[in-house]
Amino acid sequence: MAAEKPRNQTIGAVRRTFQPWADPDKKPLIRFENVVKRFGDFTAVDNVSLDIYEREFFALLGPSGCGKTTLMRMLAGFEEPTEGRLTLAGEDISGIPPYRRPVNMMFQSYALFPHMNVLDNIAFGLKQDKMPKADIAARVEEMLKLTKLEKFAKRKPHQLSGGQRQRVALARSLAKRPKVLLLDEPLGALDKKLREETQFELMDLQMDLGMTFLIVTHDQEEAMTVADRIAVMNHGVLMQVAPPAVIYEQPATRYVADFIGEVNLVEGKVISASGDETRLSSPITPHPLRVSQSLGLKPGEEACIAIRPEKLRISLDEPADTSENCFRGEIWDIGYLGDLSIYHVELECGQRIKVSQPNLSRVVQRPITWDDKVWVTFAPHAGVMLTR
Amino acid sequence: MAMAGEKGRGRYLVLAVPYLWLVALFLAPFLIVFKISLSQDAIAQPPYTPLLDLSDGWAGFTDYLSQLSFDNYAYVLDFSNEFIQAYGSSLIIASISTVLLLLVGYPIAYGMARAPRSMQPTLLMLVILPFWTSFLIRVYAWIGILSPEGLLNQGLMALGIINEPLELLNTDIAVYIGIVYSYLPFMVLPLYSALEKLDLTLLEAAADLGCPPTKAFWTITFPLSLPGVAAGALLCFIPAVGEFVIPDLLGGSNTLMIGKSLWTEFTVNRSWTVSSAVAVLLLLVLVVPIVIYQNVQQRELEAGK
Ligand SMILES: Nc1ncnc2c1ncn2[C@@H]1O[C@H](COP(=O)(O)OP(=O)(O)O)[C@@H](O)[C@H]1O
Ligand SMILES: [Mg+2]
Repeated sequence: MAAEKPRNQTIGAVRRTFQPWADPDKKPLIRFENVVKRFGDFTAVDNVSLDIYEREFFALLGPSGCGKTTLMRMLAGFEEPTEGRLTLAGEDISGIPPYRRPVNMMFQSYALFPHMNVLDNIAFGLKQDKMPKADIAARVEEMLKLTKLEKFAKRKPHQLSGGQRQRVALARSLAKRPKVLLLDEPLGALDKKLREETQFELMDLQMDLGMTFLIVTHDQEEAMTVADRIAVMNHGVLMQVAPPAVIYEQPATRYVADFIGEVNLVEGKVISASGDETRLSSPITPHPLRVSQSLGLKPGEEACIAIRPEKLRISLDEPADTSENCFRGEIWDIGYLGDLSIYHVELECGQRIKVSQPNLSRVVQRPITWDDKVWVTFAPHAGVMLTR
Repeated sequence: MAMAGEKGRGRYLVLAVPYLWLVALFLAPFLIVFKISLSQDAIAQPPYTPLLDLSDGWAGFTDYLSQLSFDNYAYVLDFSNEFIQAYGSSLIIASISTVLLLLVGYPIAYGMARAPRSMQPTLLMLVILPFWTSFLIRVYAWIGILSPEGLLNQGLMALGIINEPLELLNTDIAVYIGIVYSYLPFMVLPLYSALEKLDLTLLEAAADLGCPPTKAFWTITFPLSLPGVAAGALLCFIPAVGEFVIPDLLGGSNTLMIGKSLWTEFTVNRSWTVSSAVAVLLLLVLVVPIVIYQNVQQRELEAGK
C-alpha cells in the first residue's frame, strides 16, 4: 500500500536533522511537570517530567500496566493529575474538560460509534465544531481517501474488518487536525504484516500533516520503527527518554537494556579506571573485561556490562588474544531464525549468554553445533557499562 | 451423516418445547375464544350456540359452520355501543402511560447503570422488590394514598400547600399514577440492561471529539439505548391497553377502558360471545402494530447491510 505512493523526498532529510529536544531555546508543545497520578493509594504515574516538541513522533513504551494509558488520558482530559502540572503550548490545561482540548485520541478499542456509518463517524468531530456542511464533506472525503476507505463510507463499524476499523478510528481522530494526536496501542489488534505496513503509513501521515503524535505501545519494535524519541516507562516511572538508537545502544539502566531487545548482563567489579577506559573482573569469566567507557568509578565498585547478542563473536577456535573480553563455554542450545542463529552458550560457571550470528552463507564448512566448545569475544566498545 | 441427523433431531426437540407451549397455551385458547365470538348467546350451559356435535359426522360439522356469524363483531364495532370509544381511550391512556413510564423510568435506569458496580445488584433488587407483595394490595394501597382524606392530601394540607383536598381518586390521573407505579419495573429493567451494556469509552470518544456531555447523551447514549426503549415500551403498552384492575379500583365511573368494558360484558351482561369478540379485536389491535414495528426494524437491519 505505502509503496504505491512516491515517498515524500524530504522525510529522510527532516528525520535526520529533527532534534528539537537538543535545542535549549526550543519551547516544548507538551510539558509534564512532576506529574503524579494516584488511584486510591496506588500510584499509577509517579513524578513524571517530560517535554514533547511540536511535530515530534513520540512513543511511550513499557510493559502492560505501567501507566502509559493513564499518562495519555491525563493529556486528553479524562483524568486529572493528582499532583504536578500539565501544559500544552505553554498553557496550563488542568481543569479544561476533554471536549475543549485541542487534542484528539485514537482509542485502544477504537471506540467507533456503532450506530453511525463510517462517514458519520469521521464527520462527528467536525460537526461538533459547527463547520459548514460543504467543508465537512470535503474534509471527510479527504480523510476517506487518505485512509483508503472510500468504498466503505456507508458501512457500519460491525460490517468492517479489524484493519478497516482501525483506519476509521485513525481517520476520525485525524479529521479535526488536532495539535496533538494521541494513539493508544493503535496497531495492537492487527496482524504482524498489516501492522508493519501501517507503521510506515503512520510515519508518512505524521510528516505530511505536520502534527505531533504521541503513541503508546508495549511493542518495542513498533516504538523503535516509528518514533523520533522513546520514553521507557516502568511502574509509573520514566526510566529513560531518548531516540531509539540511543535507547538501544546506550541504555541508561539495566531495566532499559533488558526491556529493549536481547541483552547479556555481565555483573562485575571495577579493577581500574583510566581516561576513557574501565577494566572489570567478573565472576563468570577468569579473563578481565575492558570497556571503552568511564563513569568515574573507583576500583572495587560494582558495575554491569550490557552486551547485545549481535555484538558478541563466537568461534570454535581459540582467539589470538585471550587476555581480555572473552568467555569460554559450551553450546547449550541453538535457535535458528532463518536470517539469524541464536547460540545459547553455557559458561563454565553455569551462567548462559546469548550470541547471535547472521547466517551469511547457505552452506557452512563446519557449523557450530550442540555441545561444541566455543569461544565468545567482544570489542571494548561493544559493551555498555551500567551502574543502575 | 448419522451425527448430523441426530444433531438435527436434537434441535427440533429443543424448538418443539416453546412451540408446543405456544400451541397449548396461546393458540388453542385463542381458537376457542374465536369460535365463541362467532357464536350466539343462549340461555344454556355453556351459554352460547351452536355447539359442535360430531355425532352426525361431516354433515354435523358443515351444519355447525353455517350457523357461525360475525354478528358479534358488527355489534362491537357499532359506534353507539361504546366499545370503539373504549378501545380508543385505552390506547390513549396506554400511550400516555408509556410516555410517562419512559420519562420516569429512563432516569432511574440511567442512574442504576452508572452507579458503582458493587451497588448495582442492590439497586436491581430494590426495583424488583414490589413484586414480593400482591399487585392487588399495592393498588389498594394507592386508594389510601390518593383518597380525599388520604396520606397525600393530608400531607399537602399539613404543609399548607393546598387548602382543599385534591380530587385524585377516581380520576384518570389516579389511573396514570397506578399504571406508572405498577409497570415501572417492566420499563426500568430493559432500559437498564440496554444502558448497562453501553461502552463508556464511546462517551469518552465523543467528548474527545468536542462533544459536551449533554449532547453526547442525545447523540450516543440515547440512540444506543433505543432497543431497550422499544422493549420497555412494548412490555408496558400492551398490558396497559388491556388493564382492568387499575381503572376499576382507581379510575372514575367515566374512565373508559376496554378491559373494564370486557369485564362488564362478561360478568354483568353475561355475554360470552360479545366479550370474546372484544377480546379477539383487542388482540388484533395489539398484534398489528407489533408486526408492523418488527417488519420496519427488519427492513432497517437489512438496509444497513
Ligand atoms: N480508574 C482507575 N482506577 C484504579 N486503578 C486504575 C485506573 N486506571 C488505571 N488504573 C491502574 O493503573 C495502572 C496503570 O494502568 P494503565 O495506564 O492503563 O497501564 P498501561 O496502559 O500501561 O497498560 C494499572 O495497574 C491499572 O490497574
Ligand atoms: Mg493501556
